[in-house]
Amino acid sequence: MSIIRYEQTQGKSLGFYAFIAGLGAFILAALAGVYYMEHNGHHVTGMSNRIVWGLPHVFALFLIVAASGALNVASIASVFQKKIYKPLSRLSGLVALALLAGGLMVLVLDLGRPDRLIVAMTEYNFNSIFAWNIILYNGFFAIVGVYLWMMFERRMNKYSRTVGIAAFTWRLILTTGTGSIFGFLVARQAYDAVMMAPMFVIMSFAFGLAFFILILMASYKWTERQLGDAIVNRLSNLLGVFVAAVLYFVAVYHVGNLYLAENSGVENFFLVDGGIYTQLFWYGQIILGSLVPLALLYSPATRGNRTMLGLASVLIIIGGLVQLYVIIIGGQAYPMELFPGKEILEGYGGIAAYTPTLAELMLGLGGIAVSLIAVTYLIKFLPFLPESLADDVADPHHKG
Amino acid sequence: MKELNRRDFIKTTTATSAGVVTIASGITLTTYAARPKESDPVTNEKRWGMLIDTNKLTESNIDDMVNACQEEHGWGNETHSTGDQKAGWIKKVKVKDKATERISNLALMCQHCEEPPCVDVCPTNASMKREDGIVLVDRHLCIGCRYCMMACPYDARSFVHETLTDQKTHMPRGKGTVEACTMCVHKVDKGEAPACVASVNSDAVVFGDLYDPTSKINQTLKKVQSTQIRADLNLNTGVRYSGI
Repeated sequence: MSIIRYEQTQGKSLGFYAFIAGLGAFILAALAGVYYMEHNGHHVTGMSNRIVWGLPHVFALFLIVAASGALNVASIASVFQKKIYKPLSRLSGLVALALLAGGLMVLVLDLGRPDRLIVAMTEYNFNSIFAWNIILYNGFFAIVGVYLWMMFERRMNKYSRTVGIAAFTWRLILTTGTGSIFGFLVARQAYDAVMMAPMFVIMSFAFGLAFFILILMASYKWTERQLGDAIVNRLSNLLGVFVAAVLYFVAVYHVGNLYLAENSGVENFFLVDGGIYTQLFWYGQIILGSLVPLALLYSPATRGNRTMLGLASVLIIIGGLVQLYVIIIGGQAYPMELFPGKEILEGYGGIAAYTPTLAELMLGLGGIAVSLIAVTYLIKFLPFLPESLADDVADPHHKG
Repeated sequence: MKELNRRDFIKTTTATSAGVVTIASGITLTTYAARPKESDPVTNEKRWGMLIDTNKLTESNIDDMVNACQEEHGWGNETHSTGDQKAGWIKKVKVKDKATERISNLALMCQHCEEPPCVDVCPTNASMKREDGIVLVDRHLCIGCRYCMMACPYDARSFVHETLTDQKTHMPRGKGTVEACTMCVHKVDKGEAPACVASVNSDAVVFGDLYDPTSKINQTLKKVQSTQIRADLNLNTGVRYSGI
């Protein structure tokens, strides 16, 4: 195995500037959407007192969950000592920070009073899982920042494993915290399950790795650097395992819920007669977002094909967004059980309606654009990417 | 009468102005100092509560309660908000028993839980419970995250979806923040009953200190069978119901 040399991307091509301009347009559209929503108030959105968290939360939580997952590649290298992943560690840390920044931007800009962010930073209620999350997010920035420094600075390299373990632990707690936002809402039947926390952790593995693979393949293709099959095929296999693990957790969650009579109504809603939510669950989350990617990753016809791996990663990301849509919006649309044993004729109940608006969608997509623009710029200014990941460079056991 | 020269004029006016200031600050001081005299300081020796008897409460009673609340607090005139976006601090709920088909009508609002989930989840301490059990939102601290609305088991809270005008001076509301029934805390602190309670002429709704053995609510609760909505959640609500 030869020494890994890291190098900035040139970032001078027309393609680079076109990509930046395209992302910039999405960010501007997001800001326009935010101005429109904040100026008029949330009545211009599809959100209401029944669906209090809408499409922006779907994107925000997706990005936050994916962020912690994107750090896994670095963790596998430093915590679990798999040398082949080591050259990817810097990029892994960067993608993690960028996704978190994008997600938090969306979350904050959807607040009723985003101008009061300072209140959220100075007034803490330590009983609130939300308040813990604020600390966990800030801590993630700090720890991953230090982790990157340990990796970049040669004389600090020796500490990178210790900091890597700390970062890995922190990201597990962070995603547990994000899942727990829902896990402890006792009144909402779709959420009240401790299962939510580990399920979010597993979801983060899959979504984060899908993002990472797309960014890795795109940046190597566009900068005409070599990226060997040894690394790509390993990442591809890992992605398949994570997607299967998410499916397992989803199955346990729903089967477990079905066992309890009190939850048969909400399960029926998700799995059988929930209209758009049922369709999104089966066609979007299960088939398009899980089964098709698994087939693409493992079937002999498509296995090892970069385009198919890219397609699988895109489908996993779309499937992940759909999954969070079903959890967040569907979970609120289904009414709370206010009077067990009674039927509510008037005043509350029924499936709450929600139609996302363009402004909400643009805010969400703007979050993804912020993440991508951060990565694109930073790999231009700092040496995040190895100049080559060809098999003879990356794979210690490569027989060439 | 002595002729007023320039020096005297200045002296007199200065003294008078000083007097006004003194009186004015005296008034201010008196206003703040007088509050505890009007009603006792907020302590946990009291727990304000409400008992709603659905056998006695008529549908028109409930409409009166809703109207009184709207009038007192100035909600319900939102012009842009539609459907579920409109504020609803108190609402009429009609329920039918699945087995017996018996129908009950009740007024549903913030249940002023002893263990309020909204207060637990609020990241900034904007949702809070007073010592006397009244659950409120501090609109200066609320960042509009709506986590409390996710956590409330009673669908009792509203988010202000639009810019508001003509608000009541005792009840400032604001776009982008969350609000709910305050149990008319501004009236309770002056020794008055909440607006919805006052709007019902019968004893279908009783308001008072749950802890005070001489209060009507305490005595009635000792006699009649009552229930808490979602009692299984162990939130120990301040609003109780009988007849459902």
